[in-house]
Amino acid sequence: MRRRMRQFGLPVLGLAIACLHLIPLYIVVSVSFKRMTDLSSRWHFPNYFYFGQFHDALADGRLFKAFGNTLTIMAVTAVLLVLIGSLSAYPLARIRSRFNRIWMSVVLGVMMVPTLSVIVPLYGTLQQFGAINTFWGIIAVLTAFNLPLCIFLYANFIRSIPRELDEAAKVDGCGHYRLFYTIVLPQLKPVTAAVLILKGLKVWNDYEFPLYFLQKPDNMTITLAISRFFSDTSSNFGAASAAAVLAVVPVIAAFLALQKYFVAGLTDGAVK
Amino acid sequence: MYVPAAVLFGIFVFYPLLSGVRISFTDWNGYSQHFSYVGFDNYRRLFADANIRTAFINTLIYGIGSTIIQNVWGLLYALLLNRKFAGRTFTRAAVYLPVMISGLIMGYIWYFMLQYSAGAINDVMTLLGLPRVDWLADNHRAVGFILFITSLQYVGQAMIIYLAGLQSIPQAYYEAAQIDGVRVWSKFRHITLPLLSPAIITNVTLKLIGGLQLFDLVMALTAGGPGLSTHSLSTMINYLYFVSQNAGYSATLGIALFVFIMALTIMVNRVLYRKEVEH
Repeated sequence: MRRRMRQFGLPVLGLAIACLHLIPLYIVVSVSFKRMTDLSSRWHFPNYFYFGQFHDALADGRLFKAFGNTLTIMAVTAVLLVLIGSLSAYPLARIRSRFNRIWMSVVLGVMMVPTLSVIVPLYGTLQQFGAINTFWGIIAVLTAFNLPLCIFLYANFIRSIPRELDEAAKVDGCGHYRLFYTIVLPQLKPVTAAVLILKGLKVWNDYEFPLYFLQKPDNMTITLAISRFFSDTSSNFGAASAAAVLAVVPVIAAFLALQKYFVAGLTDGAVK
Repeated sequence: MYVPAAVLFGIFVFYPLLSGVRISFTDWNGYSQHFSYVGFDNYRRLFADANIRTAFINTLIYGIGSTIIQNVWGLLYALLLNRKFAGRTFTRAAVYLPVMISGLIMGYIWYFMLQYSAGAINDVMTLLGLPRVDWLADNHRAVGFILFITSLQYVGQAMIIYLAGLQSIPQAYYEAAQIDGVRVWSKFRHITLPLLSPAIITNVTLKLIGGLQLFDLVMALTAGGPGLSTHSLSTMINYLYFVSQNAGYSATLGIALFVFIMALTIMVNRVLYRKEVEH
């Protein structure tokens, strides 16, 4: 009985769970390929592939533009997060002092600031800098708000690297910054992969900041473009679902290709 | 080495927080040059406002409710998927996949599920011989769906962290318990659960911070409606600023949300850390 359970019961249960979580994706893919005139149930996957709605979604070029914008913002933010995050974490991990303890709690405190709670005054701040509707404005904001977790992950990782190498380099007369960029940074590859994945994803999916700071159609990110598809009064749900599928596909592709790193990134520092 | 981070935090986090406090004492509408200071009026109004009370209760449901649901659910998944069986890797990936997707897009996708006329769920109702239901028209049901959808989407994150936690428990403890003839439930209660405490702390903190700030799913699924009944505090801030053009009041709610999340997270962490087990 027990062996039977293991042989059939668990795989069946596993499959049922997988289906439960994949249903929404199945439905949106089904809608995106189905002609609007096809009134069969959404559960019923069309036995043809109709690409007209994908064509509609991409026709005015806005979605392409949004993909480009999001990629740009994501790439620059990710590089800044890696460079600034690792640099800020280094002294935190190496020097035990009262100042560093306080600084660490400041970093953790910033992590807890809800985005929406500062969005009204933040809008004013960006306006003072003339940064509304600019990429550098949103990149700076995204970097600031995503930095704490990066510092935290880097600090945890650097603590696990032996100090001997640092000290050897110092004896050889290596300066602080040079020491960091030539000796420490190259050892941080695993945690850097985690930071890039976690934060790249976060920026790709971000909605609140662009909603407020990138209102010009030319500057739109993907989430904004998608919400435009759904909220337009002349909603074309077919095109909207196609746009949603197009936005999700790169994420799923990245996940399947880098699954190992995704999981490592999520659990690193979480259970230690 | 501290400078770049300190400058970024200063300009984009602390300065806005402080000017948020200043704005919360005004009747600023969000765009005009003119405004006047109104003292604690906004704060007094906040505590008397029935819509804010609804949004606050919803936020508790979304935040604390999804924290409890996802932790129990995620732990059950982790216990199941920690056992070896065919298709285990596939199930893990399927449960984790939705975590990657934007909450906004997930909300729109669920609209295809919940729509009245062509919605996928109503098709199932028809198939079962039940009447079609306008799922999001009733505010209690809509709040319930938001809670369910966010839990279903993000439970994979809790699962992965619990799986890592389970794998870090030394097998020797279970072997010893086996020899002593300890029952399954006791093993779970006295070995697994205490040794999972770092994973529990991480998961509870992550889910609380995330759930109490819930924004994009609500925006996509109900935009706060029907009426203002499904708003979270985050979407309410957005509503007060964009729709009612009441930036002063919106900033007040922002400060209140910040203080609330900070206090609750610190409190919960204190309690959990006290219970943590070293091994």
